[in-house]
Amino acid sequence: MTFKKLFSGLLAAGAMTAATAAMAGTELTVYTAFEAEDLKRYAKEFNKQHPDIKINWVRDSTGIVTAKLLAEKENPQADVVWGLAATSLLVMKNEGMLSPYAPKGVEALSPKFRDNDATPSWIGLDAWIAGICFNTIEAEKHNLPKPTSWEDLTKPVYQGHIIMPNPNSSGTGFLDVASWLQMFGEEKGWDYMDQLHTNIARYTHSGSKPCKLAAAGEAPIGISFAYKGAKLKKKGAPLDVVFPKEGLGWDMEAAAIVKGTDDMAAAKKLMDFAASREANVMYNVGYAVVAIPGVAKPVQYYPENPEAMMIDNDFAWSAANRSAILKEWQGRYDSKSDPKN
Amino acid sequence: MSVALSPPGFLAKNRLGKLGLDRGLQIAGVVIGILFLVVTMVLPLYAILSKSVENKDGDFVGWTNYLEYASNPSLLNSITNSFTIAIITTVIVISLALMTAYALTRTCMPFKGVVRVLVMGPIFAPSLLPAISLVYLFGNQGVLKSWLMGESVYGPIGIVISLAFWCFPHAVMIITTALSNTDARLYESARALRTSPIRTFFTVTLPSIKYGLISASFVVFTLVITDFGAPKVIGGQYNVLATDIYKQVIGQQNFQMGAVVSVILFLPAILAFTVDRWVQRKQVSLLTARAEPLVPKKNPLKDNVMLLLCLPVIITIIGVLGMAVYASLVTFWPYNLELSFNNYQFDLMDGGGWEAYYNSLEMGLYTALFGTAIIFTNAYLVEKVPGINGLRTLLHLGAMIPLAVPGLVLGLAYIFFFNSPSNPLNSLYGTLAILVICTIAHYYTVCHLTAVTALKQIDSEFEAVSASLKVPFYVTFWRVTLPVCLPALLDIFIYLYVNAMNTVSAVVFLYSSNTMLASVAVLNMDDAGDIAPAAAMGVLLMFTCIGIKLLHWGMSHLLLERTQRWRNRSAT
Repeated sequence: MTFKKLFSGLLAAGAMTAATAAMAGTELTVYTAFEAEDLKRYAKEFNKQHPDIKINWVRDSTGIVTAKLLAEKENPQADVVWGLAATSLLVMKNEGMLSPYAPKGVEALSPKFRDNDATPSWIGLDAWIAGICFNTIEAEKHNLPKPTSWEDLTKPVYQGHIIMPNPNSSGTGFLDVASWLQMFGEEKGWDYMDQLHTNIARYTHSGSKPCKLAAAGEAPIGISFAYKGAKLKKKGAPLDVVFPKEGLGWDMEAAAIVKGTDDMAAAKKLMDFAASREANVMYNVGYAVVAIPGVAKPVQYYPENPEAMMIDNDFAWSAANRSAILKEWQGRYDSKSDPKN
Repeated sequence: MSVALSPPGFLAKNRLGKLGLDRGLQIAGVVIGILFLVVTMVLPLYAILSKSVENKDGDFVGWTNYLEYASNPSLLNSITNSFTIAIITTVIVISLALMTAYALTRTCMPFKGVVRVLVMGPIFAPSLLPAISLVYLFGNQGVLKSWLMGESVYGPIGIVISLAFWCFPHAVMIITTALSNTDARLYESARALRTSPIRTFFTVTLPSIKYGLISASFVVFTLVITDFGAPKVIGGQYNVLATDIYKQVIGQQNFQMGAVVSVILFLPAILAFTVDRWVQRKQVSLLTARAEPLVPKKNPLKDNVMLLLCLPVIITIIGVLGMAVYASLVTFWPYNLELSFNNYQFDLMDGGGWEAYYNSLEMGLYTALFGTAIIFTNAYLVEKVPGINGLRTLLHLGAMIPLAVPGLVLGLAYIFFFNSPSNPLNSLYGTLAILVICTIAHYYTVCHLTAVTALKQIDSEFEAVSASLKVPFYVTFWRVTLPVCLPALLDIFIYLYVNAMNTVSAVVFLYSSNTMLASVAVLNMDDAGDIAPAAAMGVLLMFTCIGIKLLHWGMSHLLLERTQRWRNRSAT
């Protein structure tokens, strides 16, 4: 068995692999950045409708999955991407790596949760919303008031108490920066970050880490996203999830068919499912805003009407200005060799 | 480019005539060795490094990317940071490792067996584990936070401590090998001449292990400069080259700029190779056919002083690893200190669950088996085959490359190379085999250096005598070289096994849905902020590796008893 596994790659000639894949048509390689705890549940729901299609997940953080997909461009391994940031899928679309397909019921999706082309290259699933994780025990120790706005975070009282993701390595970090620039305007946005920077203890490489660190008391405040904060609070972490009143940056978890898949029929079935009402109900367990309007029920520890707090995010603008924004950010805040204490 | 140990030219020529088949086999071996390195290392690297002179669409753009790099002060700053960290860490590690290796090989220090096990401790865990442990020790909620006197552990302090900790066994391994192969007669002469012990240390001991020391220094230096795990976990705002690659490739999917940073990371390796060649030329073989193995004599004062000196090292190792074990058992740090196995329920968490752990076990076994065979054979060909200096130098040069290649770069390189539709090997992609090959290639250099150091200390007279007796070289290899080098072989085996279990950066791009690995799970869990489960998986890996090591010791004990008795000749 084990030797077979090791050398199967060597032995299986290219033609043979292609033949078996076409014949079986029952396995899909799905690249994803969904939270690990959701994977089994999602696959199970999908298999209720399509017991004949087995999903082989390849899961990693958004950055790694995106890098892997782009690096495999010449010979894609994934059949479907299900659960990756829309910004990443925009990059893939521009590289011509996606196969446009309009899933059944695509018209039911809210317009901002789909690619604008007539036959969309990707569809949105649910919204990934910014949020602040606030550790109440540590805050009490340091005598920190609970912030209610982004502006609050620049107050001197928070100096050295805030952790946020580095936009150069984290999608969540970029989402924050892009949202501030869109909400406050470019000039004021950078002014805001200048002030915020003096309060930042350190920048992390991942978007969920600031919230986990806040939950563990490494810092009282972590700029992160709502899903993580709500999950951790539910598990008993001494956290309050704060949704700043100016508005919330967000991205989508999205899905698309990768061009060159061996099994278009099965891939389409998965896309149909991903856009379905059942799937939207399924996403709603962890995410308060999902693609089909009216489906979502309130999720514990989210604000009452999260959709109203979400900014009018211009993904095209973010994508077009991404390198420039990151370069500017790096020049301003990343060149300092030491963290401010 | 002459190799110091090759026998005089006329002898080689002489043999060439008499042993045609032998010669053919040797040359074929060297060529196969070179081909192996070309396919697993050189071509993949070319695939990624050529990206440093291309734009996004793959057009050649010359130095544009480099100029862009040079115009970015924060990226340039990373070069200084990387070198600072690497130099400080190397100095710390080499001094401590020399002291420890000396105590282990040249004294009758009490508890030597225990110390020998403990100093290898850090190698049994992923590089992320000491960094995670330091967070628990010195982080804002750390139990020993006050020890840093207000300094933050997130930054150079944290990186240096974690990496020094993690590199320590690597250095001890190389220096111990160098110290254990020596000729006791040198020390007898020194004693007869009434040379003071300190003078003996500087005039006999140090020169005899110079080669090992320098190798160890460069190994540590490059390990530090290319590691991205520790700086990622505990580096704070202190940017280094390896995390810059991470940011460029993972954060921004800018492969071109990632390639530029990779090229810059190669420079230390080229330096390492040059110095290695230069020193090797001056190396004199100490273990001649007439050598007497050195057996340390009891000296209570010296033995106890050495134990005392080793104590801080031992305590640090126990402390850091112990903290990781403790942290993995705490239910919810720091608010619920009850002990439980909650963090070990891997199937409920990110990272592939227990399946990943079993995959790691399997991958480790194959890597160790095939890796040891391939690397030792190649090292033998480099060291002991007469003539064909050009080819052998090429093989040795190839063997030095992997050390300089950061895992992230290697992993990406493998995607570009092996997943290319025009590559006949592309069906390897996504299999366990590619993980095995990648890991062998990634850890090639230290094993190669260990093998070379061991081989170098066997007098080439053995080969010369066999040849004149018309014994084919492979018989000499099997009957003399292999048994003599058995300790080094076993070290290489175990080194490959534990590294395969703990490797992260290269394989993170190469695993597929059914070849998920436990070490990658550690990285993913830490990345997601699940630090306690990450520590738990790291601890599990560590105990597994220690278990395997103990098993290996038990089994090899008999083997060594039988084959290494000659080393204890004077003692019995």
